[in-house]
Amino acid sequence: MTTTTRIERHHYDVVVIGAGGAGLRAAIEARLAGKKTAIISKSLFGKAHTVMAEGGAAAAMGNVNSRDNWQVHFRDTMRGGKFLNNFRMAELHAKESPQRIWELETYGALFDRTKDGKISQRNFGGHEYPRLAHVGDRTGLELIRTLQQKIVSLQQEDQREFGSYDARIRVFSETTITELLLDGDRVAGAFGYYRESGEFILFEAPAVVLATGGVGRSYKVTSNSWEYTGDGHALALRAGATLINMEFLQFHPTGMVWPPSVKGILVTESVRGDGGVLKNSDGKRFMFDYVPDVFRKQYAETEEEADRWYTDPDNNRRPPELLPRDEVARAINSEVKAGRGSPAGGVFLDIASRRSADEIRRRLPSMYHQFKELADVDITAEPMEVGPTCHYVMGGVEVDPDSGAAFGHVRGLFAAGEVSGGMHGSNRLGGNSLSDLLVFGKRAGGHAASYADGLTARPKVAVDEVEAAVETALAPLQRDTGENPYTLQQDLQVVMGDLVGIIRREGELADALVRLAELRERVAKVSAAGGRRYNPGWHLALDLRNMLVVSECTAKAALERQESRGGHTREDYPAMEPKWRQVNLVCALDGDTVQLTRKPLPKMRPELIGLFDRAELAKYLTDEEIADFDALVADAGEADNR
Amino acid sequence: MSGKRQFRIWRGDESGGDLQDYMVEVNEGEVVLDVIHRLQATDAPDLACRWNCKAGKCGSCSMEINGKPRLGCMTRMSTFGDDETVTVTPLRTFPIIRDLVTDVSFNYEKARETPAFAPPADVAPGDYRMQQVDVERSQEFRKCIECFLCQTVCHVIRDHEENKQAFSGPRYFIRAAELDMHPLDARTDRKEYAQAEQGLGFCNITKCCTEVCPEHIKITDNGIIPMKERVVDRRYDPLVWLGSKIFRRGETPQTSVTTARQGSATPGSARGGVHSHAGGSHDSQAEAQAQSGVNWHREVPHPTAPAVDDRGKLPLTELTFDRAAAPSPFGDDVTFPLPPEHLNFAHPEQDNKH
Repeated sequence: MTTTTRIERHHYDVVVIGAGGAGLRAAIEARLAGKKTAIISKSLFGKAHTVMAEGGAAAAMGNVNSRDNWQVHFRDTMRGGKFLNNFRMAELHAKESPQRIWELETYGALFDRTKDGKISQRNFGGHEYPRLAHVGDRTGLELIRTLQQKIVSLQQEDQREFGSYDARIRVFSETTITELLLDGDRVAGAFGYYRESGEFILFEAPAVVLATGGVGRSYKVTSNSWEYTGDGHALALRAGATLINMEFLQFHPTGMVWPPSVKGILVTESVRGDGGVLKNSDGKRFMFDYVPDVFRKQYAETEEEADRWYTDPDNNRRPPELLPRDEVARAINSEVKAGRGSPAGGVFLDIASRRSADEIRRRLPSMYHQFKELADVDITAEPMEVGPTCHYVMGGVEVDPDSGAAFGHVRGLFAAGEVSGGMHGSNRLGGNSLSDLLVFGKRAGGHAASYADGLTARPKVAVDEVEAAVETALAPLQRDTGENPYTLQQDLQVVMGDLVGIIRREGELADALVRLAELRERVAKVSAAGGRRYNPGWHLALDLRNMLVVSECTAKAALERQESRGGHTREDYPAMEPKWRQVNLVCALDGDTVQLTRKPLPKMRPELIGLFDRAELAKYLTDEEIADFDALVADAGEADNR
Repeated sequence: MSGKRQFRIWRGDESGGDLQDYMVEVNEGEVVLDVIHRLQATDAPDLACRWNCKAGKCGSCSMEINGKPRLGCMTRMSTFGDDETVTVTPLRTFPIIRDLVTDVSFNYEKARETPAFAPPADVAPGDYRMQQVDVERSQEFRKCIECFLCQTVCHVIRDHEENKQAFSGPRYFIRAAELDMHPLDARTDRKEYAQAEQGLGFCNITKCCTEVCPEHIKITDNGIIPMKERVVDRRYDPLVWLGSKIFRRGETPQTSVTTARQGSATPGSARGGVHSHAGGSHDSQAEAQAQSGVNWHREVPHPTAPAVDDRGKLPLTELTFDRAAAPSPFGDDVTFPLPPEHLNFAHPEQDNKH
């Protein structure tokens, strides 16, 4: 069979898989280092999921508040991640983001400005000072377009010098990589197919940078695009690298679940702040039943009191709809599981019956217009159906913080952006993802280039590995007895959404693992109708096995971690546990099965831990760690006295 | 309004195809892209269609719905009548790959030909200072999500394959406009480039591009027309020309696009020679002599005759003419002010400098 299969071959020094912010920045760096670089884009060039980022890119430039600096940003990041972050990544990120943002201006980016003409910075949750460089609410688009245009400008340089735009940096758009090829423990290349033609393509390259983004498509309700099938996570695992923190996913408690045209889109918290209430299918305002004891004093006990709060917050307690994010999510989750959910599996968020249409339009203009334009849903006329939405994965490829090189037993593999793990710990601050892409994209690209330089001989691609990859890729087309890939994806989404969602329980997680094992059998036999030319059914069939293995990692790690922290909430272990802060859960692949091991977190350097208050650290650290900290402070005090 | 609805979708590839009928369930609040996804999950698993964000932000799901170029994710089913058939076809201007997917590489080629942002040489990263009011003009164009609806609707290329070579399309006119209005872009010839290399002159401002833009960018009013106006000013306005002679005396006179290209080698310069300055002899020896003084023997080629209509007269309005703006009485290939080396003129103090 393989003899009849045509495979296009290319030689590159660095292959970057993924054309979002991290991938493009990595490719620019590798090309600037003089390496022949390929960029693999699953969709068209410039369409990556990065365009969805609205808030901005966090960088302590101090343009709006001059007291901001990298130490403050570092502190905010560690706090946001509940101290589970890889401290070195958080440090590098805080130190280098301003340069990465300024550099974008030299590529042609146009950020919003302050009065004195500098880059404007806006406030965002968890950031102590205004820190997010932004362009209205389309910062992600600006970032992608700027990097895309920088790559074009490098291609124009090459055109002048070598007579070909593609001489040193080429974009392979609508191309999917299905397999990384190894020579021993070294990366030798990548195998995939053109989505348009279905033709196969083989890249022979000693260094590969993964920048494939996240895993959200494994969830029923998600704000992520179809590309987010965890390809990079799965490629890394199969190549012998490891994943960390896979149990941490960021969910938003109120995303639209209906109608389908806006499913997954976030409904801002201010809808609740401006009078919106949550109701179940009985029409009951259920949040009053879910106020935990610790919050009971601050929250209203009757609807009358809660309603008075909106106009008289000084003399009344807050409505329970404004409880912290995970409490709201847990309540919605419980109502739905008790069978009191809306038809689409959420609950009702009602502002229409409580405020006049004029008032809603005045106070929530962008919400009103967004849903009116996208779905013809009039939030002033009817309640919204909302539920938890999967938004971002904190976990990913375990990397060396400085170089982005993957751990595990593989060399020549690098990762940056959402596909890498560690930087955000257990929860990501808004705005840190865009700067993460730039800082670690540049680092991964640069180190991939120097790794390629340091090789004395290029690793070789083995013919039988290519043949095996071809066979795996064609298998779904050659079977006609298996299931439809769309059905399998829906089933996977149901398992992950219902059992490994925002609120987790031991029994459900164990159940999820059983069901994932069943799905694995079915996915192995998936069949796709039609031919090879732009066949989305076939493409999905190939993505499924990636989604499945990554889902297994998440479920296993979520079952193992017996505490609640950041993006991982266990109903049976609701508290944060300092012992667990010292542990990263590391996933590796042994044959076909996911193996989980515990690994201690690297210890923060003294000058970095010294940036925090003892009182704050006491919330996160074990008693022994606090004792170490006290000793450190005492030493420093003595040194000062001498 | 849930129920089955009639859809006609073009299925096929570059060798041909036709509209196929589907009865498909449609629920309240859905958009055309939702219906296509339902078809993929049920009747037509191999129906090819691009999409990404499904929120009107990436510009992937461009298609023609009932003949109008639209984003599938932004076209609500409630905008159609209950028994209206919805016809979905691929973008007409670009070659078919399969079903609703077309080969849009034309756009990426034009993007590569458009000269990139030129950073100011003496401003370090972090030292860029711009006022909000100044960046906003370019920011409007940077809202572009590259859905290429303006490209597919533009009649210059929609039914004229032969124009694709010389015409970049609205998307790249606003790219040129964006760079032209960028407060710190170091290049000064964006408008001239648009005129000379992108085929700005083909555009006769029918505003179809503005009408289909999902980002509501005023492509024609804020991008194309201002560029046309200013490029025309520079090319034809004798006062501008005189002013530049008086106020810039002693400085290097402003060079026009064709000479700038020789120095900075923009893409497309390989096709040099298409445009020439009146009086340019293309004789390097004569040019050299002209630089240092009067060369009375230089042969000056005849300039191109002006573009006249079939009565031998200059057309009075662009309505009756085949290009935008009135033609130059000196011929279309002459740009003003003329480069000094093309004038048989020596400045009285010229010799003192040497």
